[in-house]
Amino acid sequence: MNGESIGWWGVVIGIFAGALRGGTPFLLVSLGECLTEKSGKINLGLEGVLLMGAMSAYAVSYKTGSPWVGVFAAGFAGAVLGAIHAFLVSRPKVNDIAAGIAMLLFGSGMAFYLGKPYVQPSAPQLPGIPLGAWSHLPQVAAALKISPLFVLGVALAFAMRWFFQNTRAGMQVRAVGDAPAAARAMGVSVSRTRFVCIVIGSALGGIGGAHLSLFYPGAWTEAISSGQGLMAVALVIFARWNPVQCLTAAMLFGGAQAIGPSLQAVGISAGYYLWNASPYVLTLVVMILTCSNKRTLIGAPGALGAAT
Amino acid sequence: MSQISQAKASVVPSAAAPSTGVAAPMAAAGGVNWRATLEAIVLPTGAVIVALILFLLFCFTQGASPAGVFAAIYKAAFGSWYSFQNTLVRASPLMLTALCTALPARLGLVMIGNEGALVVGGLAAAAAGLAAQSASPLALWAIMILAGMAGGGLWISLVGILYYARGVNETISSLLMNYIAIGVLNHLVNGPMRDPASLNKPSSFPIPDDKMLPTLGSSNVHFGLIFGIVCCLIAWVLIEHTTFGFKVRIIGGNIRAAKMAGLPVIRIGLITCFLAGAAAGIAGMVEVAAVHGRANESLAAGYGYAGILVAFVARHRGLPIIFVSTLLGGILASGGILQRQFKLPDATILVFQGLVFIVILFSDSLYGKFKIFKEARA
Repeated sequence: MNGESIGWWGVVIGIFAGALRGGTPFLLVSLGECLTEKSGKINLGLEGVLLMGAMSAYAVSYKTGSPWVGVFAAGFAGAVLGAIHAFLVSRPKVNDIAAGIAMLLFGSGMAFYLGKPYVQPSAPQLPGIPLGAWSHLPQVAAALKISPLFVLGVALAFAMRWFFQNTRAGMQVRAVGDAPAAARAMGVSVSRTRFVCIVIGSALGGIGGAHLSLFYPGAWTEAISSGQGLMAVALVIFARWNPVQCLTAAMLFGGAQAIGPSLQAVGISAGYYLWNASPYVLTLVVMILTCSNKRTLIGAPGALGAAT
Repeated sequence: MSQISQAKASVVPSAAAPSTGVAAPMAAAGGVNWRATLEAIVLPTGAVIVALILFLLFCFTQGASPAGVFAAIYKAAFGSWYSFQNTLVRASPLMLTALCTALPARLGLVMIGNEGALVVGGLAAAAAGLAAQSASPLALWAIMILAGMAGGGLWISLVGILYYARGVNETISSLLMNYIAIGVLNHLVNGPMRDPASLNKPSSFPIPDDKMLPTLGSSNVHFGLIFGIVCCLIAWVLIEHTTFGFKVRIIGGNIRAAKMAGLPVIRIGLITCFLAGAAAGIAGMVEVAAVHGRANESLAAGYGYAGILVAFVARHRGLPIIFVSTLLGGILASGGILQRQFKLPDATILVFQGLVFIVILFSDSLYGKFKIFKEARA
C-alpha cells in the first residue's frame, strides 16, 4: 500500500481520490449556498451547519446503527439552523454576513457541545460504492471507492440546473434573487421563497457534514472540518452561481486540498503547509482575475446581499 | 474616480453593509441626540440580558441550575481581583482584533480578516523580535510593535487594494486571507523559522525570557491591556471627533455623496484598512511578546473571530468596544469553571457567544420601533 511502489502515479491518484472524497463536502455545501444565493441571500454560517450535520449524523448513526438515518438527521439539523438564519436575515437591518458569523459560532458551539460524548465511540459508516473493483492496484481501487453522497451531489447538481432553467419554481427563485420588487409584483412571496431556499440549502450543507463524519475522514472530532463550510461562499463565486460548475469547483478544491498529503506520501514534504493553503490562494487569484469594479460578476443574482 | 461607486455596486454582499447599523444616524451636528444614544445603549444591553436568559434556560435543560451557572460565571469573570485579572488578559486581544472589523465597518466594509491580520502581525513581530533580540527591551518592544502593525496593516490593506482596484469582495477575500495566513504561519514555524527544540508544537525560536513584555505592577495582567485600551480610545477619537473620522463616516453613509464632495475615497479607505489591520497586528505582537514568547499555531486561537462579535455588539464604536471586550473576556474566562463545576463542555461558551450574537443582530432590527427613543417632534 505504500505510495512509492507506483511512484509519481501515487501523487496523481492521491489528488484524484482527494477530489472525489474531499470534494464531496465542498460539492454539497456549495450547492446549498448556490440555492441560497440564487434567492438573493448569503449564508456564511454553513460552517456551523456542516459541523452540526457531521455531529448529528455520527451521533444518530451510532445510536440507531443506521448511517442513512444519520444522513437524514444531518439534513434535519441543517434545516433547523437554516430556519434560524432565514428568520434572522428576513428582519430589517440585519446583515447577512454578520448573521452568518453568528450562526457559525452558534452552530459549531452546539455541535461541539452535543457531540462531546461521541468523540470516542465508533459509528457505523456509509458503505462506499466500489467503482474501482476492476483494478488490481489497491490505490486505484481505494480512490474509486466513492461515497454514495458524492453520487447524490452529482445528481443534485444537474437536477438543480434543470430546476433553475426549466421549472416555474426555479424561475421564481431566480426572480426573487434578481429583482425582488418585480417578483413581488408578480405575486411571488419573496420572504417565503427565501426562507425555503435557505432552509433547503442548509439541509444540503448538513448532509455535506454527514459525508465528513460517516465516510471521509469518517470520525467525529472537533477538528473535522477545515473550513469547507466557510469556503462555500467563495466556491459559489468561483462557480458563477451555476450548480454544474459547483461540481467542477468542488472537485478542483478537493484535489487542491489533497496535493500536500499526496506529495508527502511520496516523500516530498517541502511546502506541505503552503499546499494546504492552495485552495484559498486559487480562489483569491480567480476572484482577482475575474472581478471588475466596472460591472457585476457574470451570473451574480442582481439583489444578492442587498438590504431589504 | 467614477469607478468607486460602481465598485460598491459590483461586489456581492457589501452592498448590505450600511444596513448593519454601521451607518446609524449621526447625532445632529452641534448637539448630542440623547434619546438615540440611550437607544444605542439600552437595546444592546437588553439583548445581552435576553441572550443570558436564553443561555441559562439552555443550561437548565442540561440539568445545571441557572442561578448556580450565573453565579459561577460572575464569580469566575468579575468575582475577585484575581479572576478579574484573568478576564482582562482575555479582553485585551479582543479590543485590538475588534478594531479590525469596527474601523472598516464605518466605511461600509464588512472585514472579517481579523484572525489573519493577528497571525501575520504576530509572525512579523516574532521575526523582527528575533532579528533584533540583542536590542534593549524597550527598543525591542518598539521594533516588535512596529513590525506587528506593519504586518497586520499591510495584510488588511491588501484586502482594501483588491477591493478598490478590482472590486473583489472584501468579506470573502479577507476570509480567504485568514486561511492563507495560517498556511504561511504553519509553513514558517515548521520550516524556516522552526526551533528544533520545539518538538510537540512546532514553534519559532523564543524571544529571550528577560525581554518579554512585562505585567502591570504585581498583577498578572500584561501590557497588552494598555495597548488595547489606548488603541480603542484613539479609534474612538479618530472616528467620532476628527475630520478624518467624519470623512470615514460620510463614505460609510453614502459613498456617492462622499465622491461628489470630492473626498479622496480610496486614500481614506486604504488608511482605514491599514489602521484596522495594524490594531489586529498589535494583538498578534502581544500574543508573541507577552503570552507565548514565540510564534506558533496558538496565535490562531479564535480571538480574531471573537473580535468580529465584539465589533458588532459594540456597534463598531471604539469606546463601547472596551466594555464589550471586558464582558466577553469574562465570559471566556468562565469557561473553565463551567467545565469543572457543572460538567458542561468547554463548547458551552461558544454556544453562549453564538446566542449573544444572534440576539444582538435581532435587536438591530428593533431600532426605531420603540416610541420612547424617538425624538419629540416640535
